Amino acid sequence: MSAIDAVRGRRIAARPRSGPGVATVYRWELFKLRHQKRTYLGLGAAALVPILFVIAIHFRHHRDNGGDFAFASYLTKSGLVIPLVILLFGAVWMFPLITALVAGDIFASEDHNGTLKTVLTRSLERWQIFAGKGLAAATYAVAAIFISGTVAVIAGSLQSGFNSVQTLSGSIVSAPKGLELVYLSLLVYLIPIGTVVCIGLLLSTITRNSAAAVVGTLMVSLLFQLIGILPGLGALQPYLLSTQFNAWQGLLRQPIDWSPIVRAVWVCAMYAVPALGTAFLVFLRRDVAGG
Amino acid sequence: MDLTVHAGDVYGYLGPNGAGKTTCLRMMLGLIRPTEGTVRLFGRDPQVTVAALDDVAGFVEAPTFYPYLSGRRNLELLAAFDGGDAPDRIDQALETVELTDRARDRVGGYSHGMRQRIGIAAALLRDPKLLLLDEPATGLDPAGMRDMRLLIRRLADEGMTVLLSSHLLAEVEELCNRVAIVRTGKIVYEGAIADLKRGAGAVYRLATTNDERAMAVCRAQPGIADVRTEHGRICFTAEEPAVADLSQALVEAGALIQALAPQTVTLEDLFFSLTEGDGVVNGGAPAPVEAAR
Repeated sequence: MSAIDAVRGRRIAARPRSGPGVATVYRWELFKLRHQKRTYLGLGAAALVPILFVIAIHFRHHRDNGGDFAFASYLTKSGLVIPLVILLFGAVWMFPLITALVAGDIFASEDHNGTLKTVLTRSLERWQIFAGKGLAAATYAVAAIFISGTVAVIAGSLQSGFNSVQTLSGSIVSAPKGLELVYLSLLVYLIPIGTVVCIGLLLSTITRNSAAAVVGTLMVSLLFQLIGILPGLGALQPYLLSTQFNAWQGLLRQPIDWSPIVRAVWVCAMYAVPALGTAFLVFLRRDVAGG
Repeated sequence: MDLTVHAGDVYGYLGPNGAGKTTCLRMMLGLIRPTEGTVRLFGRDPQVTVAALDDVAGFVEAPTFYPYLSGRRNLELLAAFDGGDAPDRIDQALETVELTDRARDRVGGYSHGMRQRIGIAAALLRDPKLLLLDEPATGLDPAGMRDMRLLIRRLADEGMTVLLSSHLLAEVEELCNRVAIVRTGKIVYEGAIADLKRGAGAVYRLATTNDERAMAVCRAQPGIADVRTEHGRICFTAEEPAVADLSQALVEAGALIQALAPQTVTLEDLFFSLTEGDGVVNGGAPAPVEAAR
């Protein structure tokens, strides 16, 4: 048997191909993420920050019981407060940066390695590759948020106990109910995080440079924060991406205030849909001349 | 630009830098869009659907892989992206390019030659009818070039159609049966190498006891053309019967022959005459083209 005959193996006349699709790309993108250092850098940071925060509380609570932010006075009374405080402060740059590490890199790294031409000449349409990669970047972001939240719950409970929590309305909810609210808050937090993913994908596609896309995504996020604190621009506040990172606080009111969550959905869509659509069209139509 | 690549051809695609060879291959693989015109592979446009590449595989410039994955993992990924029975071909493809022993090493640690070979293995996974290779031996050491040449020869001998873009004219001359020579985006020759050489005519070199008189005889002799002096020798173009008549005429004119030898025309000579000179050699009429019909 010749080499080619052997390679052809069980070639049959009709040559039916069980079509690869978005799921194939998604699965292999996750596999690739598991083999890249930046994945562990991001997820490691997401897990480490709550632990460091809890250690800081442990050494500080003997001197001072809190600060002037939501839940501050409850930090040493219930570990369930820790993930909520992490969400509060993580919105400034930590979670956008962790999200951007992968979303900003996922297309640009293909340009860097010159592998885009390798995958684009197989049996997958460009939209399938785009969708698989986008889903993988989103999955990583979801994993980062939930790892951070879970580590915060565990570390916080070890430090301050698995106790009842005071809501923003002043009422007390039991620990199991508090845990449910924490995870619902993480879910709501994914709305603005999803938008950051879309912005990262856009910059990754356009800049074709990993560092530029990651830093650019973070800069966009910080720009929203900056606009939010500029005097005279208060009217814009409800429509800024940065504001939507606080939408989960509606869950911590009695009764639940859904209005910030609903607003977060459409405001984030206002940013995410054009970003994702542009990234998609750019990827679909771009020439792959390098590498 | 029309290229006619017949099934079973090892087709050389030649041209100087900037002639548009790689651009053309990129268009064939659907990586870039033509500013005008269309590309058809087996009758399908790769810009419209990736299904146009079903029977095509290859690489443009250096083949590229994920450096943090092993050679095998890279092939598994690409086989998954191909679907069908491509995953079943991985072991044999690695064996064909003689990389079985290094398959579990990261591609980041591979030499240039190994990357070129795994690039061919990746192409073989698709079980292609047409293999497009862009400068597959560029950057390889002499042993790597020899191995690459042997591999392509073996694939061609076993019936695979190969379109080979290369700067290495000796390699093309050795491997290819047909060539297209492109200059500034236009084909100046397309056809068999043998026809190209035949069309160029045989060049002879002549040394006599009286070159001045011999020049005059050559210029006057029917069937002798393009008479000139190169490196102190008389050169001319002629068919064999005319050369026989010339030798007799030289003796009769008293210019005794010291040396009269046909000069071998290499593909390199023809390439330069076509891409740098004005000459267009018609060894075969260009025909409407589809790849690997």
